[in-house]
Amino acid sequence: MFDSIIIGGGHNGLVCATYLAKAGQKVVLLEAGDQVGGLAKKREFAQGFNAPVANYVQHFSDQVVKDLGLSKYGYANQGADSPLIAVGSDGQSISVLGDDLEGASDSDQAAYKTLRRSLKKYAKALNSSWNTAIPKVGDNSLREIGVFAKMGLNIRLMGKEDMQEFLRVFSLPMRDLMDENFESPLLKAALSWDGLQGARLAPRSPNSAVLALLLKMSSSTEGGVSLGSSQLISALTQAAIDAGVTIKTNTRVEQVLVSADESTVVATGVKLTDGEHINARRVVSGVDPKSTFMKLVPADYQEIEFIGRIDRFRSKGLVGKLNIALKSTPKFSADVADNGRLILADKMDDIEFAFDDTKYDLPSEHPVLEVTIPSSVDSNVAPAGKALLQANVMYLPQHIEGGWSEQAKLAYVQKLIAVLEKYAPGIGELVEAAELLTPDDLEKEYGVTGGHWHHGEFAADQILMMRPTYGAAQYNSPIENLHLCSAGCHPGGGLMGAAGRNAAKEILR
Amino acid sequence: MTSNLMTSHEAYTNEHGKLSPFHERQAERNVRGAWAEWNGYKFAEYYYDAQYEYFCVRNQCGTYDISPMQKYMIEGEQALAMLNRMVTRDLAKCKVGRAMYTVWCTEEGRLIDDGAVFRLADDKYMLTCGAPMIAWLRRAKLGFTNVTVTDVTDDIAALSIQGPTSYSVLRTLNLTGDDALETLKLFDVREFTFNGKPITVSRTGFTGDLGYELWVDPAHAIELWDAIYAQQDNYGVHPYGEAATDMLRIEAGFIMPFVDFNEAHKTIHFRHDHSPLELNLDWLVNFKKPMFNGKKALLEEAKTGPEYRLVKLDIEGNKPAEEAWLYADKNCTKEIGYVTSAMWSPVAKANIALAMVKPDALKGDIYAEIYYTQELRQKMKVAKCELKDKPFWAPERARAVPPFQY
Repeated sequence: MFDSIIIGGGHNGLVCATYLAKAGQKVVLLEAGDQVGGLAKKREFAQGFNAPVANYVQHFSDQVVKDLGLSKYGYANQGADSPLIAVGSDGQSISVLGDDLEGASDSDQAAYKTLRRSLKKYAKALNSSWNTAIPKVGDNSLREIGVFAKMGLNIRLMGKEDMQEFLRVFSLPMRDLMDENFESPLLKAALSWDGLQGARLAPRSPNSAVLALLLKMSSSTEGGVSLGSSQLISALTQAAIDAGVTIKTNTRVEQVLVSADESTVVATGVKLTDGEHINARRVVSGVDPKSTFMKLVPADYQEIEFIGRIDRFRSKGLVGKLNIALKSTPKFSADVADNGRLILADKMDDIEFAFDDTKYDLPSEHPVLEVTIPSSVDSNVAPAGKALLQANVMYLPQHIEGGWSEQAKLAYVQKLIAVLEKYAPGIGELVEAAELLTPDDLEKEYGVTGGHWHHGEFAADQILMMRPTYGAAQYNSPIENLHLCSAGCHPGGGLMGAAGRNAAKEILR
Repeated sequence: MTSNLMTSHEAYTNEHGKLSPFHERQAERNVRGAWAEWNGYKFAEYYYDAQYEYFCVRNQCGTYDISPMQKYMIEGEQALAMLNRMVTRDLAKCKVGRAMYTVWCTEEGRLIDDGAVFRLADDKYMLTCGAPMIAWLRRAKLGFTNVTVTDVTDDIAALSIQGPTSYSVLRTLNLTGDDALETLKLFDVREFTFNGKPITVSRTGFTGDLGYELWVDPAHAIELWDAIYAQQDNYGVHPYGEAATDMLRIEAGFIMPFVDFNEAHKTIHFRHDHSPLELNLDWLVNFKKPMFNGKKALLEEAKTGPEYRLVKLDIEGNKPAEEAWLYADKNCTKEIGYVTSAMWSPVAKANIALAMVKPDALKGDIYAEIYYTQELRQKMKVAKCELKDKPFWAPERARAVPPFQY
């Protein structure tokens, strides 16, 4: 009998499993696909080209790296080694690395330094709250008071002026924050990107873009990006195996087994698609909350209001992934570093207009892109001499009129290559193979509801003790011994690992 | 250029009530034009006089139009699972051809509504209730893929026929079916043929007396009405309205929404709604069931005990204790509850009431502070109350099989 079954081998599942195993538990991790890693797992879309959907690491938890000794397995948070580069269609570019801007006006450079200083301060104040379960509101326990007091204190300790400023900006639309600080439209578009990507937000959307940006600044890399998520996944996998986790791939869970008597409803194990039952003291779901409660747990055992709240957990992904196998490294008109993260948007309105189309279930007529060339830093991702280009495409709805047929996708790939051609003339002729993954593809291939990167919008009503919803926000659920550890839990998404760690800590408490 | 602005009366022209399939005949008999409204249907408050209609039902029989009652068909492989998650009773015990009275609650164990579930086939149930429930049913369906919920309120004409001669009237309709009408037990549901048309008959009602509910295609409603009223001279059939129903149901001990209880989704103040335990409906709450909505909360409540209990009171004197406060002492210093429904009961010859009382006060004395008017003078009296276990009206004929004939 296992102590814990982990459903799903995404990075949070791996992290949670490893913590539990290190604490002495007998743990089995069940992965439906043929390899672990979730959205960051290897993906060979053309021979010799490895293009994971989540292809870079931005804010992986320092604490997890330390606790699990990931450096032993060849992984370290490498810091911001990949500059963010704002690339204009006119060939202009501004490069952002750490606190420095290159190619920007003096006033923008000064403003950037000031803003960075504030944002880093806010990010630091919030850090303790990302790394702990957020207690239920209203139980008045010492723990509840402690956690909220610490959050409040950290914010207060920034000093009066910084605190007031934080409270003012944390829910600002990205556009307001950018307009207040910068003059270059190109720079504004690029700097707003990290607050928006992966969410149903555009520069003018109110809500939580600044908070999302701060979450991405939570690790020692301060929001900087390292290309190559494969090292992270292989380190996590080795750490799990060494800790004693049994990893079973090609093992799809069909149902969480639940037993109920007069007074309790308890999870007892899982049933696999081949009919096998595996029993355990607890079941930990590393798949998104909607899949967990709408598909895996029988509806009979769930209260109507609870499943209703899960049902309306907003999880409609809007980001597409473009992978292109190239004959050689493309040449951009602008002067850009090969290892850069290029934002192809001239101004914030380009992003805004691209978003507008999705309100009517249309893919963006003029998409905006974040482009990386992973082959420039990792020779393993493409055959020798060739190049791999990966782009995040905003915005693509999961469902469009007529559906995402092969034809529709091919046509959209052509549109995207035409966009790239503007920035890197001649790139079209270098293309050997290309694929577009829509949110619908992500849902079908990776099992993530809505194809949403973060399992659910990172928005004011879906964070902290409301993520995914009350009744399941402390990595537990209304069903005893059924736990959650995915990005659908606090603190949320991206390759971070905090949800997996927090879940393990709660289970072991 | 013409103006799009409507004059004030035009703004309301489409707001008149829907007409029941029985309306044409009922309108002929609604001699005092006392119309009310129920779920958007024009509906009789009374036809001649509430007291008179009440006596018709208790002594002969009456028809009550339940077409405005909300009716939902719940069908499919998971119909039972879906309903069983929603309601507090175990519907697995409801066989085909049977109906069950039940309640359903929020996850906090507060009563959303009560109603009846009719099992029409293995995978087919009809749920009826007093107020629209489609929004809740849609939510209650979440997580189940193999079940459909259809609002059939406007597709079924329903007429309740209640009172001692109700069976004798129905006999004359020459209903044919697999089982004889006389074999129907309380809460049985059967299909019959009436003049070559299908009719569903259930031995159910809201009066505590012998009675049936008839369910037909609206196209056959008038034909059914006329066949029943052809027996008026023999068995004294009369229509009765909302006011008479209220008297009949208090005697039977049945609760009424917004009178004895509030629907949880329609209250704003904390705990102005009720749990089934408060309403003394423990017998409807099956804790042996693995799961039902609100079970966790109700288990907790059962441990600590409910805040109030709905009880039946026999009150001295003849002044109805409407809206009376209840006290543990004659001087009215220790408040212990309040009356929800009260009337002078002609059949029980008693001054009766339904009331909410704090459970620990049930062992001691109960006094009602009754206000009434006498020739425009405000009067008050304090009357001793006696707890009653049984309904005030539960005659043998209500359950007798075969039913008594007249």
